[in-house]
Amino acid sequence: MIYQTVIGLEVHLQLSTKTKAFCGCIIDFGRAPNTCVCPICLGFPGTLPVYNKEALNSAIKVALAFNCQIQEHTKFDRKNYFYPDLPKNYQISQYDLPLSRNGYLYIYRDNKPKRIGITRIHLEEDAGKLIHEDGQSLVDFNRAGIPLIEIVSEPDLFSPQEAFDYLTNLKSIIEYLDVSDCDMEKGSLRCDANISLRKAGSLELGVKTELKNMNSFKGVKDALSFEVGRQAELLDRGGDMVQETRLWDAEKGVTVSMRTKEGAKDYRYFPDPDLTRFHINQDMIERLRLKLPELPQEKLQRFMKEYSLSEYDAKILVSSKEDARFSEECIRIYPGKDKKLMVNWLIGPLLSEANSRKVKISELNITNDELISLIGFVERGEISGLSAKGVLSQMIDSGKSARELIIESNLLQVSDTEELSKIIESVILENTKSVDDFRSGKTNALMFLVGQVMKKSSGKANPKIVGQLLSRRLTDA
Amino acid sequence: MTAHELLVRLKSGSVASEAVQEALYARIEKVDSKINAYVRRADFRKNDAVNKKQGLLFSLPVTVKDNICTEGLNTECCSKILAGFCPPYEATVISKLKKAGAEIFPLKANMDEFAFGSSTENSCFGPTHNPWNLGCVPGGSSGGSAAAVAADEAIWALGSDTGGSIRQPASFCGVVGLKPTYGRVSRFGLIAFASSLDQIGPITKDVEDAAILTQAISGYDPNDSTSVDQDVPDYLKSLTKDIKGLRVGIPKEYFVEGMDSEVKSVIEQAVNKLKTLGASVKEVSLPHTEYAVPVYYIIATAEASSNLARFDGVQYGYRAKSDNLIEMYKRTRAEGFGDEAKRRIILGTFALSHGYYDAYYLRALKVRTLIKQDFDRVFAEFDCIAAPTSPTPAFKLGERASEPLKMYLSDIYTISVNLAGIPAISIPCGFTKDKLPVGLQIMAGSFNEEMLFRVAHTFEQNTEWHKIKSSL
Repeated sequence: MIYQTVIGLEVHLQLSTKTKAFCGCIIDFGRAPNTCVCPICLGFPGTLPVYNKEALNSAIKVALAFNCQIQEHTKFDRKNYFYPDLPKNYQISQYDLPLSRNGYLYIYRDNKPKRIGITRIHLEEDAGKLIHEDGQSLVDFNRAGIPLIEIVSEPDLFSPQEAFDYLTNLKSIIEYLDVSDCDMEKGSLRCDANISLRKAGSLELGVKTELKNMNSFKGVKDALSFEVGRQAELLDRGGDMVQETRLWDAEKGVTVSMRTKEGAKDYRYFPDPDLTRFHINQDMIERLRLKLPELPQEKLQRFMKEYSLSEYDAKILVSSKEDARFSEECIRIYPGKDKKLMVNWLIGPLLSEANSRKVKISELNITNDELISLIGFVERGEISGLSAKGVLSQMIDSGKSARELIIESNLLQVSDTEELSKIIESVILENTKSVDDFRSGKTNALMFLVGQVMKKSSGKANPKIVGQLLSRRLTDA
Repeated sequence: MTAHELLVRLKSGSVASEAVQEALYARIEKVDSKINAYVRRADFRKNDAVNKKQGLLFSLPVTVKDNICTEGLNTECCSKILAGFCPPYEATVISKLKKAGAEIFPLKANMDEFAFGSSTENSCFGPTHNPWNLGCVPGGSSGGSAAAVAADEAIWALGSDTGGSIRQPASFCGVVGLKPTYGRVSRFGLIAFASSLDQIGPITKDVEDAAILTQAISGYDPNDSTSVDQDVPDYLKSLTKDIKGLRVGIPKEYFVEGMDSEVKSVIEQAVNKLKTLGASVKEVSLPHTEYAVPVYYIIATAEASSNLARFDGVQYGYRAKSDNLIEMYKRTRAEGFGDEAKRRIILGTFALSHGYYDAYYLRALKVRTLIKQDFDRVFAEFDCIAAPTSPTPAFKLGERASEPLKMYLSDIYTISVNLAGIPAISIPCGFTKDKLPVGLQIMAGSFNEEMLFRVAHTFEQNTEWHKIKSSL
């Protein structure tokens, strides 16, 4: 049977605000356990939450970036369940009046956009962290009360790859907004997936599985791919799908059932009476909208237009906000007319240096000016393209300037005709056969002779000039 | 002696604060073994250093209900589950009192566990006795605070009122009790029963003291999102002794079957007194009154079930021994909570459960709005409402302990005020034949505490009820 895969994603993002969502505790991931806490985020009796305006503003910015409608009236609700990492045994969240609804973002496959609906984006608080050690379970409440936003997509994703693309684009937008670290390994971005299969052509949704415990985008994709196979096989066998929550085991590469729908919790949501309903007025929304930075898709279009870049090149440059800023600055101050040359450096040697170091272009230890200075040496014919790549690598490692390194390694190409002429004379004397060959019309012999000159100059001779000098010398005589 | 009388003497120097404090401790030592208004009496002498603070309140000690957090002093809500809990922070009302110059000693008053009750019988420290008749309850849940004030073993006290917990014990003990407008006084540091209803207020010997204490604790608090940023008027200015021409409404729904006939006639006399003082009195209707008790017990228990979830043995308070987490939760809560707390947690959990939420909680919220609108309509035409505080005088200890429904009906006249968020005061207005006090309740529109003080003070200054003391 042919099935269509239907996927919806729930993404939780920790907002990188200065303080927690409902108290004044500083957020600092480097601190020792239970040192960023106070009676409020520890849920001590008698304490009360007061919401953090910075967190609300960040959440609204995210909602605007994802084209959501911001709700005029919103409120916080309590989600009740017992767990030792939850100090109050309820989580302050939003239930029936979320901050925003009905947004979307685009993913691109073969340059074709596909619109993925966003059901809702709401604000809530994070729980603490359980640490299991030597048969003991310890709780660190530093994380308890950190503002989270939950971004829930529509079931508009039809393959694990689309889910992966959605996450990549989502992350890129959030990074542009500068409101979250978006680091899945550190847990500042978490993703749960709902997946079901239906007969191709059917409009009815199948029985879904909720997948948890993925800690990378690739993990999400792998877990979904596994699930597609598992569900298809089960359906082919005529088996009954049960609605359940399954955990991804990255090591074994399988999903394992955690609980079925019957075991689902009743969270007894109700409006949090400690936090009054609030109003988000249009002025506030417009003020925040004006503060939105240029988002990846807009920047992509602009780069293509302004710098005549291909979509492929532009996409690489805008994939990270910092790289886009670095690249645009390089392109702007690059003195040459053909900006494409600069772009080739960025997406060629520089990107491969970044990839091999597993960092972003902008995180490489090199300034725009130094990079352009290096390119200048090549363009003036003072060093070869090949040695320039080596210099680039050394610049990044040592932090030294291009000039310093080129001089240190004696890489300047010899373009001095007098000096080159001497070498050419000796090469002619030592290779009379090739000289004769050239003169008798075997033009290939010239390349051999150029090679000999290069060899004699230990590679420093400018091959272009050597070629010109040689051919003039041999034809003149 | 009232606080304002003491303040005059402290100011003039004719009485020293040490002497006031010594006299108070002596009185507590003499009578509290009979009343049991205070908890953890062993702590009393811990804080011997007497500070002579000037300030408005001249180091006058304030008795504090055990659900209001006092930094460095145990705050246990008279529950085993909070045994040993000593908050490292204090309630905003306590900070405000200190700022005004009051002294906070370990004078923590008995109460129904987590304020669940109308008799102060549900306390892990045993019941408090009514100073007027030791065989009777003092009312509740702020029974310790009210009994202490009535027995002269407190100068004044703070209570909390979720459905009548200040006014009903004030009525039973023959003292003054005020529940301020919701949002007038910060709830920060008040261990929550039902967050949308709770409000801290004074229990005092007369109306002037109530005005002074309300003045000291009122005002916006950025740490409480539900407190309202509105200026606090000078309440002493409303103690005018003049109510000529005021329009007073008498809700007909409050004079119905089940009301004690003696209470009824005392209240009728009190209403007549208001008339003779120049008020124009008319019957009014609060048509949704009959729904107040069920609506209250859905909303209050729902909120309580969630508020009390944090008492799980993980971080503080009582923890039962167990070798796994779920067992630890279960045993801690089974052993730590009293019966009434368990009953309310179960009721509230049920009301919020999937499939019942719409029928109970959501509907209760809607009826709450109707109840509020009843009051809005009346206050559009009337300055205040006068009514009984409780349908009966203080009842016998143990009499209603096994009948929760009957106990819940003790709050029938006080609950609507909390649901509507408006302020109300209970003042002594007479006695039954058995010498049990009866309270007159006056209600006004939101943030109109001034009206309460004006009417209550005028009534009080023209009657002698507040001067009559128990024979204790």
